Amino acid sequence: MSVRVQREDFDVGAELAALAAGNKRVGAITSFVGLVRDLHVREGYHREAVSAMTLEHYPGMTETALEEIEAEASKRWPLEATLIVHRYGRLEPGDRIVLVAVASPHREAAFEACHFLIDWLKTKAPFWKVEDTPKGEQWVGAHEGDDQAAKKWER
Amino acid sequence: MKVKYFAWLRQKVGTSEEDVSPPSDVATVQDLVTWLSAQSARHADAFSEAKVFGAAIDKKVATFATPIAGASEVAFFPPFTGG
Repeated sequence: MSVRVQREDFDVGAELAALAAGNKRVGAITSFVGLVRDLHVREGYHREAVSAMTLEHYPGMTETALEEIEAEASKRWPLEATLIVHRYGRLEPGDRIVLVAVASPHREAAFEACHFLIDWLKTKAPFWKVEDTPKGEQWVGAHEGDDQAAKKWER
Repeated sequence: MKVKYFAWLRQKVGTSEEDVSPPSDVATVQDLVTWLSAQSARHADAFSEAKVFGAAIDKKVATFATPIAGASEVAFFPPFTGG
């Protein structure tokens, strides 16, 4: 179980290879990679070009929040390893933002836990995004869809 | 007590953190918001923003009713938008 909050990019292949290296109980690895898009659809219809995005976070709280999210996933599914790598700072369209990876004996658990981790991360970890658009800097608002996605995992 | 601001709250207040010494009758997060709002027009503007914002006490998510007694750091921020 591991979390990293970093400015630098990450190598998805190397991270996945290291996740369960030497662990013969692992039968499945799933991953989610989030990327910066060049378009932001606001309020469902208003489209804006995005030339860059800057991610800000709350050092100290972020790591604790991500560890709590991982701990919750480990309570719910039989997991051998999890990894969350989340970047901060200035990113451009096409850049990687986040990697969530899960190793489990079983594929169902690996898929579900990975989905859970990214859904909960979006609403429970202290990150904020501001986008550079033709109209200037625009803070990204919370999406109702993200709240609903997180709620479906509530118990 | 240290107060931290993130994202557009930081921009509106004009600082990322400040040391404050509220009087003892400032007991909860809501009391602190009210007290800070009276400190400057920038604070009042930041906290009057119609969009919702949240708070944390010593890096743990708090509600507006959470007591701040003994807190060393209170943070204010918009809803999280990571991932």
